Amino acid sequence: MPNTRARRAGRPGPRRHTRRDLVVLGVLLGIPLLLDLALIWGPTLASIGLSFTTWDGIGDIRWAGLKNYDNLFTTYPQFWPAVRHNLLWLGFLGFLAAPFGLLLAVLIDRGVRFSRFYQSTLYMPVVLSLAVVGFIAQLILSRDQGALNAVIGGRNPTDWLGNPGINIWMVLLAACWRHAGYVMILYLAGLKSVDPGLKEAAALDGASERQAFFRVVLPTLRPVNVIVGVITVIESLRAFDIVYAINKGRNGLELLSVLVTDNIIGEAGRIGFGSAIAVVLLLVSLGFIVTYLVQELRGEERR
Amino acid sequence: MTAPAATAPSATRPTRAPARHRGRFGVHLFLSAVSLAFLAPLLLAVYASLRPYEETARYGYFSLPRHLSFDYYRQAFADSGMSRYFLNSLLIAVPGVLLTLFLASFVAFAVARLRIRGGLVLLMVFTAGNLLPQQVIVTPLYVLFNKVPLPYWMSDSLTMYDSYWAVIAVQTAFQLGFCVFVLANFMRTLPREILEAAIVDGAGVWAQYWRVTLPLCRPALAALGTLQFTWMYNDFLWGLVFLSDGDKLPVTSALNNLRGQFFTDYNLLAAGSVLVALPTIVVFLLLQRHFIAGLTLGASKG
Repeated sequence: MPNTRARRAGRPGPRRHTRRDLVVLGVLLGIPLLLDLALIWGPTLASIGLSFTTWDGIGDIRWAGLKNYDNLFTTYPQFWPAVRHNLLWLGFLGFLAAPFGLLLAVLIDRGVRFSRFYQSTLYMPVVLSLAVVGFIAQLILSRDQGALNAVIGGRNPTDWLGNPGINIWMVLLAACWRHAGYVMILYLAGLKSVDPGLKEAAALDGASERQAFFRVVLPTLRPVNVIVGVITVIESLRAFDIVYAINKGRNGLELLSVLVTDNIIGEAGRIGFGSAIAVVLLLVSLGFIVTYLVQELRGEERR
Repeated sequence: MTAPAATAPSATRPTRAPARHRGRFGVHLFLSAVSLAFLAPLLLAVYASLRPYEETARYGYFSLPRHLSFDYYRQAFADSGMSRYFLNSLLIAVPGVLLTLFLASFVAFAVARLRIRGGLVLLMVFTAGNLLPQQVIVTPLYVLFNKVPLPYWMSDSLTMYDSYWAVIAVQTAFQLGFCVFVLANFMRTLPREILEAAIVDGAGVWAQYWRVTLPLCRPALAALGTLQFTWMYNDFLWGLVFLSDGDKLPVTSALNNLRGQFFTDYNLLAAGSVLVALPTIVVFLLLQRHFIAGLTLGASKG
């Protein structure tokens, strides 16, 4: 395949790239690649290595085999709740926030009046940092000083963020607040580039608006769908700032990212053990990442 | 939007118009309700930040104000030296965004437009790298940055650790993947003929990238630039981990440090949160015009 392409593109002359072209290519591909390998993939491999040791960050690095992993799965009490919370996060964002964002995008894209205003408003939470979202959540949901309890009234105020049975749902709502707007803006951009002739043709063929959307418009949004899916997974697995801003990710808000942070930058200094949790997080992420990329690759071949 | 409908057979119009009107009303109702719900937390924070805490405590959140002032903002801004932290955020985010967009657009160009051999592998390396959880790379990077020496004029700590360079480098490396992914997808939708014409005219790789492809990517670059600025500005983990000198912290990380001080008074916390949120909101509102103009430009092209 590359050969036929090279021949076709090589039409103007016998050689496709001059020496200068090769230098430009080498430097401008080399710098980002070097950055990526040195600062992302190298440290990732190092973390995997460290997960098999009992390093405390200061002393000697001693090999421990699978001991960290064994401890993690069998004796570390916060591990499985954290896994559950991460999965819950994924389900919530993927099945509630993302479809809601699509719905908002479709409604706004119909060209109603004030659509610019709606769009700006709904996107607003996205530009806030998750840390700020966490602070605002406290302002509203705090037991004694929060606005929500002030609205509800009653003699026994609910501890929205302190009660481990409730707080995860409250935090998920706050996360949705941001995620829906983000998904919306991505779909809006995609919808704007859909050829209106397609919708028209579907309408001429007698398709209802709903049919036209699901059969004609949505399939052309495939690149956006892929991006939304990837972002939803990343946000769910990386979720960290918001729970950390609320209560350092304890008492019902445990997440894998919090456990890693607690172990490697906390007072414990259990870098080996923290790395083992990081590797679990890495493996779960890679599962999703590889699935998506394989799908992308197949799409490439078909194109 | 309505112009193409006029060319449709006129028979379909009269039957559809009333239904559309009814639909519009429902859409407005729904969208304004959702908008209000989305704005409420922010409005509440702004309102609380303008009132003394004793007043909120005594009369409740939804009482009419008796005193309104910017006292809490002054307190948060001046007493905790937030202006310094805002500057730090700019020193990190602006070069970070420009560098990321430049490097990522070239990689995307090579993969999507030049179709270099191994391009897909390259795309996978970058994209997958961006999806990794930050915590996976923190410890080894900490060790690495402590070992990289820098001259005094670049870093007063003489190492990469505790310098803006460390944070800029991590931000750039990390965000490259996302930008490469999005830009490569975007560049695939650009017509190849333009590039082929340029090649026939004898344009080298640099001219094909800088003069032919990049101008066509303006809408995507504007959108990405906005996103990237907010992400880099909002990130607080990198600043917290790679900067030890409190004076160098970006504002989001600094807010985390100031938390203890803020939490004695919820209205002060509200003011601090609003202050930190303000730059990203302003940037978004300013760039939005450019952003939407870019998007319609892209739409009319196809």
